[in-house]
Amino acid sequence: MLLDVVELAIDLPAPDGWRRVVDRVSFGLDEGESLGVVGESGSGKTMTALAIMGLAPDGAEVKGSIRFEGRELVGLTEEAMGQLRGDRIAMVFQEPMTALNPLRGVGAQVAEPLMLHRGLAGHEARGRAAQLLERVGLAEPERAARSYPFMLSGGERQRAMIAMAIGCGPRLVIADEPTTALDVTVQARILALIDGLRSESGMGVLLVSHDLAVIAGHCDRVIVMYAGVIMEMGPVQAVMAEPRNPYTLALLEARPRPGAPRGSRLKTIPGAPELKSGPSAGCPFAGRCALTMDICWTTPPPEAAFGLNHVSRCHRASELGRAP
Amino acid sequence: MSDAGTRATGDAPLLEVSSLVKTYRAPGVGPFARRNARPALAGVSLAIEKGRSFGIVGESGSGKSTLARIALALDSPDSGEVRLQGRSLFDLPRRQLRAARAHMQMVFQDPYGSLDPRQRVERIVAEPLHAQGGATGAERRARVRASLEAVGLQASDARKHPHEFSGGQRQRIAIARALITRPSLVIADEPVSALDVSVQAQVLNLMSDLEREAGVTFLLISHDLAVVAHICVTTAVLFRGGIVETGLTDALFANPAHPYTRELVDATPRLDRPARVASTPANSAPEAGAGCPYAPRCAFARPRCLEEAPVLEAKGGEGRKVACWYPLN
Repeated sequence: MLLDVVELAIDLPAPDGWRRVVDRVSFGLDEGESLGVVGESGSGKTMTALAIMGLAPDGAEVKGSIRFEGRELVGLTEEAMGQLRGDRIAMVFQEPMTALNPLRGVGAQVAEPLMLHRGLAGHEARGRAAQLLERVGLAEPERAARSYPFMLSGGERQRAMIAMAIGCGPRLVIADEPTTALDVTVQARILALIDGLRSESGMGVLLVSHDLAVIAGHCDRVIVMYAGVIMEMGPVQAVMAEPRNPYTLALLEARPRPGAPRGSRLKTIPGAPELKSGPSAGCPFAGRCALTMDICWTTPPPEAAFGLNHVSRCHRASELGRAP
Repeated sequence: MSDAGTRATGDAPLLEVSSLVKTYRAPGVGPFARRNARPALAGVSLAIEKGRSFGIVGESGSGKSTLARIALALDSPDSGEVRLQGRSLFDLPRRQLRAARAHMQMVFQDPYGSLDPRQRVERIVAEPLHAQGGATGAERRARVRASLEAVGLQASDARKHPHEFSGGQRQRIAIARALITRPSLVIADEPVSALDVSVQAQVLNLMSDLEREAGVTFLLISHDLAVVAHICVTTAVLFRGGIVETGLTDALFANPAHPYTRELVDATPRLDRPARVASTPANSAPEAGAGCPYAPRCAFARPRCLEEAPVLEAKGGEGRKVACWYPLN
């Protein structure tokens, strides 16, 4: 297994002690596999991705285990992590404008990891950078290499960032909302590019998104997170067609569906997520869920398995499974 | 000016824009100068009837937001007209423009950025009344209360500050502010795209309610076809400052006639199938010359498309119009 996360928990310092933003998160990711993580703001999806990159915020306490290519990443020194980052593990962020240095040429930035991790000389790295920019589908790679980030369109910048990410041939790419700021036509092209690179190189992809439809189209498996906890996990088709968790069902039913009558009532989720100071006593979704029972307040739901690798954390999971 | 330019008429559309042209001057010289200024709007005409919310879709740079700004008289066009219930906005004396504007309000994308964090909700929501002038304190408070209740908030929320609310509630506050002048038209620019899915549903339900119960018609600008289809009877697809296709929303998305509409529909992620990607280059395509602005990106372009720009023409009834030499079936 390329990536094996076991019982990951992340606590952030808060004015009144600690706040648990990721809790009991366990999942694996194989070579060549694409795993989607979906959730709303505060679900812990981005924090999970950052922890894998060793980029959890200052003061965060990361517990549990993250094994990458068999090596434990939790507790790794920043120096050792820095050697992995940009080399074996790479990240693509939502807004390349903030992730790229505005004052340096795009070509030089794509070349940098190659010099740092592969020891390439400047001119070799720049030559390789131009090839990479071409590989990610930039129409005029030479021009792009000479450009500063602001001179490129949003889609071109995201392609440049992907070129930077794949330069050293990473085994794992973590893409956090890589297309959220882009037009849909550009989004489709960028996601197709990531799909293509994955099937060419056999790298694993962890795709973080708020959009279930993006994940449905581009991932093999999906994790649905809520309030720091994995609510449901399984093959994309199974989770979309037969969700076994009320939260997944609510997410699927909140979106307008193609072909439904105009103005038809959309399902909403009452209330708002609660902030927690430690592991929650019951189910984090209790109270907002239409199916809440007494036990949901007191006992965290165990993982219930359905079919191949399809699991749900819900006391009533066995009653669910109907199409949304 | 024609008579219709100065007099309100009963059967005039709620909002009508005709032949709007707007070019922003290319900024500066040297490396920052654009090679040539492309008009943000290149002759856009549309009419919105009362009770028939209207959608505008298109990518960034298509002119969507420029159109909204001009429709609200926040910006003036180089040429063309905007008529609100038959009256031309840009011919009105200042006082009457203010009164006319009360019939139109705006809701922006970002519920965080568009509310002043230092002000109480009462003041924020009442702001359009100040601009309009004339309301007494008691009247104002009553209107604020009614407006907050219309969007499902409590009258007591008037005393709170924006940070005490969730994202969805803040967007409700922004909508309450838009409603306070009892507008007949609300222009909403990406009103739900910054919100979580479950919160989006609340705001979309609210918009449907307001349309049904308060007689509000929306001009909804969005990149999200599903959101537009949920609210809008009619939709126009904007590409590089021009409408390439317009018609009844459901028919438009189910059966696009313009290749760009089809590209948008295909690229939209759906739960039941992966997005389809056009085989032609994306944004990096060169600017079109005299021909169709979409031709350099179009998978169906033929020689004529590069030479001659098609105009928006009726196709197949039900108000469908398309600007394409070789529309799809």
